[in-house]
Amino acid sequence: MKKNNLKAWLYLLPAILFLGAFMVYPLIDVFVYSFEEGYNSAAQTSFGVGAYNYRYVLHDPYFLQAVKNTFILVIITVPLSTGISLLIALGLSSIKPLRNLFQTVYFLPYVTNTLAVGLVFMILFKKTDYTDGMINLLIQTFGGKSVDFIEGPYWAKMFVLSFYTIWIVMPFKILILTSALASVNEEYYKAARVDGTSKSRIFFKITLPMISPMIFYLVITGFIGAFKAYSDAVALFGTNLNAAGMNTIVGYIYDMLYGNSGGYPSYASAAAIILFSIVLTITVINLMISRKSLRS
Amino acid sequence: MNQNRFDKIEKRAVRRKIVSRTVTYFLLTLWALMVLFPFYWMILTSVKSYGSYNAEYIPKFYTPAPTLENYRSAFTAVPLARYFLNTIIFTLATTGLMMIVIIPAAFAFSRLEFRGKNLVFTLFLSLMMIPNELVIITNFQTITNLGMRNTYLGLILPSVTSVFYIYLLKENFEQIPNELYKAAKVDGTSDFKYLLRVMLPISRPTIVTIIILKVIECWNSYVWPRLITDDEMYYLVSNGIQEIRENGFGRENVPAMMAAVVVISLPLIIIFLIFHKKIMAGVSRGGTKG
Repeated sequence: MKKNNLKAWLYLLPAILFLGAFMVYPLIDVFVYSFEEGYNSAAQTSFGVGAYNYRYVLHDPYFLQAVKNTFILVIITVPLSTGISLLIALGLSSIKPLRNLFQTVYFLPYVTNTLAVGLVFMILFKKTDYTDGMINLLIQTFGGKSVDFIEGPYWAKMFVLSFYTIWIVMPFKILILTSALASVNEEYYKAARVDGTSKSRIFFKITLPMISPMIFYLVITGFIGAFKAYSDAVALFGTNLNAAGMNTIVGYIYDMLYGNSGGYPSYASAAAIILFSIVLTITVINLMISRKSLRS
Repeated sequence: MNQNRFDKIEKRAVRRKIVSRTVTYFLLTLWALMVLFPFYWMILTSVKSYGSYNAEYIPKFYTPAPTLENYRSAFTAVPLARYFLNTIIFTLATTGLMMIVIIPAAFAFSRLEFRGKNLVFTLFLSLMMIPNELVIITNFQTITNLGMRNTYLGLILPSVTSVFYIYLLKENFEQIPNELYKAAKVDGTSDFKYLLRVMLPISRPTIVTIIILKVIECWNSYVWPRLITDDEMYYLVSNGIQEIRENGFGRENVPAMMAAVVVISLPLIIIFLIFHKKIMAGVSRGGTKG
């Protein structure tokens, strides 16, 4: 028994070492950083302990802009992507021929490099001296006025960012919802059809309740993911997100840490903890709502 | 008379079904086009010559004279081959090391008995909830203090463990009947030999899925490499493409940029085409992006 004990720990050792060094220790350290005032990276000294870093971050206009951008992005993309993917999943499960082909195609964005494909989106939406760009051409054919989506007005930039974010997260949601729909027991549908139940009634009384745990799962993970948006914004607007006015909370953290505006791990830590508290609060609210509605 | 009415109702039902089918297929095709169009556009633009691209005020949907010139300049004007090599080294090393770390851990949790097992496993699981953004700040400081910025080691070390994959593998190991383990013990096979000879071959499908998912994650990783490297010689493809966008080729050479984008996207698309069933099954078992 004793020998077995030792051996088990030996098997676990590499994992414990790595997790300890790169997960547990940093987790404690980030709180320490966030309360150390005037921490200097080079000298590794600080003036004292307090909430100054939090006050600084919460008064930084760049941070407030990042919070605003992130919240708008979350509010637009989470409901839209979940709704559209539910429609697509319903469509997919109602057909037989070509179904697998569609499913495979829809999953493609999942394996693509966010930065690389973001560049394509930028080209499609951008207006330069040489060309108005693909999307503006489309707008013009329908009689609209062309806009520079990449360096133009705020709402245009937000539109591209939301569009690209949705494009990126759809594969995961479609996949999860299609497999959820496939796992609903056929017998329910047969019984309902024998009773002559209408299609919309079947959807609201059978399908939706059966897959609602999965929908809640997607909404919760969707909120978490959208709050952590960053690479999509970089892909579209470049690394200097503050200048573009399109920074996100995660972007703010990294900018504080590194780059031309970097060297402030304390501010970065404070911002990271604020982000984490926001995400945690939203997740708890989500869980409470889902528990309540799943029970009834 | 009655028969007539019945026919009419039936006909209407059939017609309605055809209409709804058509609408469904139409919408599904529309989304498929939305997904595929950026890929079409990047390939198309990458074979347009620099001159003809910039001459098109209204972009064309085809090109009469495709050229591979842009691919040549993608490899010569910017160190794309170097980014590629870095990413391959990073991906192989990270994935390999991760397997070495997680397989024994999953084995210990699934087969060995030791004091505190449940407690340790619960602690491991709770680490799954820690977002990367919280720990990345200290990791950045750690790697910087160790003088490992702009090294492969600095890139690789923080991403070699994944609690989620340990969990996935443990679940899989547990499905292997315990009788096999007991029989092996009676035969005097050591635990380690049993793990290598019996458990790994049986769990191959899961292991392959984990490897593929990790490779995808490594190939696309951007944030950590961006923090830890500022020397172009150590850029991965994601940082490379950002560098190309901001300083490479000159801002206007879009076709060459698109050629680089195609080259970077291709390996994963090939992997996806070969393994799409495995990847989709793996992801629906609980993967998330990034």
